[in-house]
Amino acid sequence: MIVAEKLSKYFGSKKVIQDVSIEVKRGAITSFIGPNGAGKSTLLSMVSRLLKQDDGIVYLDGKDVHKQKSKDLAKTIAILRQSNVVQMRLTVRELVSFGRFPYSSGRLTDEDEQKVSEAIAYVNLEEMEDNYLNELSGGQKQRAFIAMVLAQDTDYILLDEPLNNLDMKHAVQMMKLLRKLVEDFGKTILLVIHDINFASVYSDRIVAMKDGKIVAEGPTEDIIQSDVLKSIYDLDIDVHNISCNRICVYF
Amino acid sequence: MLKRKIILLVVIALSLAGLYLFIHMNFQAMEYLMRTRLEKILAMILCAVSIGVSTVVFQTITHNRILTPSIMGLDSVYMFIQTIVVFLFGSGTFVIMQSDAYFFLTILLMVGFAFGLYQLLFRRGQSNLFLLLLVGLVLGTFFSSLSSFMQMIIDPNEFLLIQDSMFASFTDVNTNLLLISAVIIIVLCIYIFRYRHYFDVMSIGRDHAVNLGVPYEKIVKRMFLVIAVLVAVSTALVGPITFLGLLTANLAREFLQTFRHTYLLIAASLLSVIALLGGQLVVERIFSFSTPISVIINFVGGVYFIYLLVRESKKI
Amino acid sequence: MKLIYLFIITVLLAVCSLFVGVENVSFSALWNMDEEAWNIVMISRLPRMLSIIMAGTSLSICGLIMQQLTQNKFVSPTTAGTMDWARLGILVSLLFFTDASPIWKMCIAAAFALFGTLLFMGILQRLKQKDTIFIPLVGIMLGNVVSSIATFFALKFDLVQNMSSWLQGDFSLIMEGRYELLYISVPLLIIAFLFANMFTVAGMGEDFATNLGLPYKYVVNVGLIIVAIITAVVILTVGVIPFLGLIVPNIVSIYRGDNLKNSIWHTAVLGAAFLLVCDIAGRLIIYPYEISVGLMVGVIGTGIFLYMLLRRNAYA
Repeated sequence: MIVAEKLSKYFGSKKVIQDVSIEVKRGAITSFIGPNGAGKSTLLSMVSRLLKQDDGIVYLDGKDVHKQKSKDLAKTIAILRQSNVVQMRLTVRELVSFGRFPYSSGRLTDEDEQKVSEAIAYVNLEEMEDNYLNELSGGQKQRAFIAMVLAQDTDYILLDEPLNNLDMKHAVQMMKLLRKLVEDFGKTILLVIHDINFASVYSDRIVAMKDGKIVAEGPTEDIIQSDVLKSIYDLDIDVHNISCNRICVYF
Repeated sequence: MLKRKIILLVVIALSLAGLYLFIHMNFQAMEYLMRTRLEKILAMILCAVSIGVSTVVFQTITHNRILTPSIMGLDSVYMFIQTIVVFLFGSGTFVIMQSDAYFFLTILLMVGFAFGLYQLLFRRGQSNLFLLLLVGLVLGTFFSSLSSFMQMIIDPNEFLLIQDSMFASFTDVNTNLLLISAVIIIVLCIYIFRYRHYFDVMSIGRDHAVNLGVPYEKIVKRMFLVIAVLVAVSTALVGPITFLGLLTANLAREFLQTFRHTYLLIAASLLSVIALLGGQLVVERIFSFSTPISVIINFVGGVYFIYLLVRESKKI
Repeated sequence: MKLIYLFIITVLLAVCSLFVGVENVSFSALWNMDEEAWNIVMISRLPRMLSIIMAGTSLSICGLIMQQLTQNKFVSPTTAGTMDWARLGILVSLLFFTDASPIWKMCIAAAFALFGTLLFMGILQRLKQKDTIFIPLVGIMLGNVVSSIATFFALKFDLVQNMSSWLQGDFSLIMEGRYELLYISVPLLIIAFLFANMFTVAGMGEDFATNLGLPYKYVVNVGLIIVAIITAVVILTVGVIPFLGLIVPNIVSIYRGDNLKNSIWHTAVLGAAFLLVCDIAGRLIIYPYEISVGLMVGVIGTGIFLYMLLRRNAYA
């Protein structure tokens, strides 16, 4: 379980996260939604120790994240941030192999190779695995990075806008894959996501943020409500039930 | 494939070394010639390895292929020390410059300078490596203006002493110091080599590296100091060669087309050896040039740097 | 500070500058039409004062123009390599155009400086990393490369000592007949003042400027040509004065903001005042000897620049 207590973060004098406390349940998809600049990505970065908070503590399975060895942590929690620019000439397989670094420190065992192949297969990049990253389209690149995170084989997976650059088909595939990871392997997934309907259909819980604070939190059904959404986005949003899914219309 | 390329480089380096050892051999003075030539070769190899290795690591921790550790201002500190000594001791300088104590003092001052930079920025919570380099460069300019002022007012004959130390030279290297430097450089290179897999991961970016469990900041800081010591030892031993590393580290990357530091580190060292030995052979034996090899390498490396910049900016 | 106060201080400094020196020149001697005193003033002191004012003003304006065009506070003739290109140009003119008049030498140096600055601007526009700190780093590296190329030629033709005299900005050799080239900067400065507004707009980028109907390329070229010629002229007559173009505009921008229209006069006057102070101090500290102004500016400038770098967050 991830528990954050009274997290705060300043950039200069600006407080981007203010006293945020949150518990994230295991074995579920939790989506973070909210307007631009709400602090979702910053929160995720702090939870995953990429960014050090100015105040507060993050506990991962009961232990302070910043007091654990980075290497051990890399076997429990993985994060993929929004912009992933790699200037090197790397093939897809080489990139995904990096995901095994916490286990093998660079020397891949047969088991590692196996996991790498599985991860590549999950994102349907088998045919491209020997292509160089700079030859791929934006969506393929994004999937390659996600495969790297999958190869890391952690209990917790944090993804910052994983649907960026993906077309509709691949976006749906990606979300289905994440669902499968939760159901088959009991992974815990945290997402920052902008498409509110993807959040509604695929997540178990939703955390809504605004101005560096959490304004609403709960099971998906409770958050995807016209009045709750109105308070988050300042926008009139109709919620319809279409084939058992709650779909928001806000155009 | 990579291994084969490395073997090729080893073969070239060895044959150049052999050629250098035996070309124009006078068999009457064989023992003497062998000795001096072997010393020269050893000096070149030490310098080449320390510069090759330090530049590759430096480029990885700065995420930049157009930088080289020489730009943190160590060369200027070295020149400043040389100038001060000539300024104070005049013609007695040559004796002082050959002494062991002077060698260690130079290293100490250069490492002290790097350590000061490190304290100034990293300890204050700054982690911008570029800022550190710029501060180093600016301090370097400061030392150069002091040096060039002193150079202006000293005797032209003594200026020649300074002019000599402006350029790396592999002749007349103190044997004693050669062995000490060899020990230091080998130990540091082994230390660096143990981190090679970390460098692979670090080269895909800080966030990814941290995510994969690399203690990123810690390694960067540690490597910064190790690099400073390597550059300081090599500079104190033979003198500054600013752009050798830039040339060979990039050639290694181009030639191998890989991110694996196991190979990159070895290849950059070998290429540096080849550049120095080959350059020296051409300069000494073929053109019987009087221009020091380091000036030529700086020239070639510098032109290559401009080419890199222009090419880098063309492919968007 | 009000412009008028700044101006008065500068005039006072200028008058001081006339009366400082080994040969004692008193005000009363001048009043009594003492011929020797007048000679000293007319042949040596006045040219010196004028050249200091012109060099200080024009270098500061150069820095200001470059900072506006690149939108980077840390770019200046020193940190963009312009100075080193100009030096290379002078070397080339000495080697290949031995008999050329000073005007021609200046033209060659200016052509080199212009080429170098254009190259830097071209690289900068397309550089992926737009980090404020990284850009001057590239510039200084480029400068180092160019000076190592210059060293290569200088060494071949035995001009190293000659070269190092251009490294050192020095007004002590300025006298009647040796500084008049500097007057070229006056019309250039007038053009700079007329273009002031446009530089600010051009600095916002090509798209932005074109959108506002500004002939972007034309304005940038005018700016760079001014910078190149002024840099070449100053180096040819006085020598390299590091950091002046960097710190003066930055100090002004702290209290006057970044609109060229508001800051250009202050920059011009402060540049002159700053250089006058450095020169007078250099003449007094080890009286009757002289510390060259290049060293004075180097020392003071390094301090100020480092302070700006480390306190950067406070205002930038």
